[in-house]
Amino acid sequence: MSATQAARGPYSDVIRERWRRPRFRGELPGAGAVAEDVNPLCGDRVRLMLALEGERVSAARFVGDSCAICAASADVLAELVVGRSRAEALRVGAADLLAVLQADIRPTRMRCVTLPLSVLATALNGKR
Amino acid sequence: MRLDELTRPDFPILERVVNGHPLVYLDSAASSQRPRTVIEAMSQYYARSHANVHRSIHTLGEEATELYEAARDRVQRFIGAQHREEVIFTRGTTDGLSLLAETIGRTLRAGDEVLITELEHHSNIVPWQLATRDRGAVLKAVPLGDDGTLDLGAFERLLTRRTRVVAFAHVSNVLGTINPVARMCARARQAGAFSVVDGAQAAPHLSLDMCALNCDFYAFSAHKMLGPTGLGVLYGRREVLEALEPGRGGSEMIKEVWIDRAQWNDLPWRFEPGTPPIAEAVGLSAAIEYLEKLGMDAVAEHERALTRQTLEGLAAIPGVRVYGPPASEARGAVVAFSVEGLHPHDVAALLDAEGIAVRAGHHCAMPLMRRLGVVGTSRASFSVFNSPEEVRHLLAAVGELRTAL
Repeated sequence: MSATQAARGPYSDVIRERWRRPRFRGELPGAGAVAEDVNPLCGDRVRLMLALEGERVSAARFVGDSCAICAASADVLAELVVGRSRAEALRVGAADLLAVLQADIRPTRMRCVTLPLSVLATALNGKR
Repeated sequence: MRLDELTRPDFPILERVVNGHPLVYLDSAASSQRPRTVIEAMSQYYARSHANVHRSIHTLGEEATELYEAARDRVQRFIGAQHREEVIFTRGTTDGLSLLAETIGRTLRAGDEVLITELEHHSNIVPWQLATRDRGAVLKAVPLGDDGTLDLGAFERLLTRRTRVVAFAHVSNVLGTINPVARMCARARQAGAFSVVDGAQAAPHLSLDMCALNCDFYAFSAHKMLGPTGLGVLYGRREVLEALEPGRGGSEMIKEVWIDRAQWNDLPWRFEPGTPPIAEAVGLSAAIEYLEKLGMDAVAEHERALTRQTLEGLAAIPGVRVYGPPASEARGAVVAFSVEGLHPHDVAALLDAEGIAVRAGHHCAMPLMRRLGVVGTSRASFSVFNSPEEVRHLLAAVGELRTAL
């Protein structure tokens, strides 16, 4: 980790960029799979909306009231699942998100990264 | 000499460098730091005197018992309790309040009411939910005015003959509001209800006098007042404690046991089942000794000045909002604030990158957050070792935040 990165804490350039200019934030009218969850630690709330064409995710959007890490994670997740089958989307994990976010996330903030994943699981199969 | 100049050398943790910056610890409302005397008193106890208390007929057992009971005497004097048996050692404020909710809860009947307030910590809400839930008893809350103080008119209306318990914080852990404890306790007694005060945010900062407050119960934690974790105090007025059946059983709290019954021990041990946190009591005693040397009036004055400096400084930063009543005598040493466009956890993480430790989130007061219409806030809180320079450092860092993400 570089000196400038240390001064920014967990906020990588990717997180900043996704936080300022999210690509997948917004409503998705007529979404076929929708779920929402809360992080009890901080009260962060993420709602994920997915459109499905057969078994394939054709569109994804999220809304929520959350920290920058959680919002960036949701934004990246939405990007990663579009075009994938339901089963493929469910295989996306924290490591895939962290690879894109390129951030030094400590254990206390990992739930900020993974909250969108549990919301995705609920949306796609009704389970966490 | 300023209080922080006097105290800072006593706190070894302040030598820490965090993320390349000297630690600025502004999270004492969650848990304070400890002076060397507390750490040494506890290691000395373990190195020289440890044994189980009360029933050990050997030298170490006697020493440990003496130290443990001497801690009780020191707490009694510190809080102005009339009798030593009114001081019960618990595992913390949450434990003390839970003990009460369990114990009093057993006597609640359908239609009885427990009155709390909207500004409570979860520790003074959830135990009462558990106590009332299965008995048909009703839990009500005194609403909060827009100025961050309790609506005392509503308190009067909600307090009825059906009210069995009035439970409220002395000082709000979010807003810093200092509630009119003596007045509310007097009204509770007139109505025939027990008064239960959550003193977690008051004991570290204010001079306490149980006789003047005239409450039935008062709970606080050692770790927020320069002492160790795992120990709390539950003060209970003697007449009330004598009339209460213990809610928890085990060793220590009995005189004699048969298979089908037991005879309770005298106060205060009746409410202290099991081996108590002995080293922690020794540590708390050292913490109180430290605070008493500084003088609680000097402590309160020092922290009031820091609180005022923070409130005024933060309010002057564009996009920053502060919560709770204005700086005054009736305000505790916490300042909750929010920065426009930033989540409280991001605020805390960005400040941490500057070595500044603040709390962020709902502060275990979700109903209050809902009342304020926020997910959470960031919170700076103070102790005897904090300095005006540290507050200036915080204000400068907060001033930079809006462009940081």
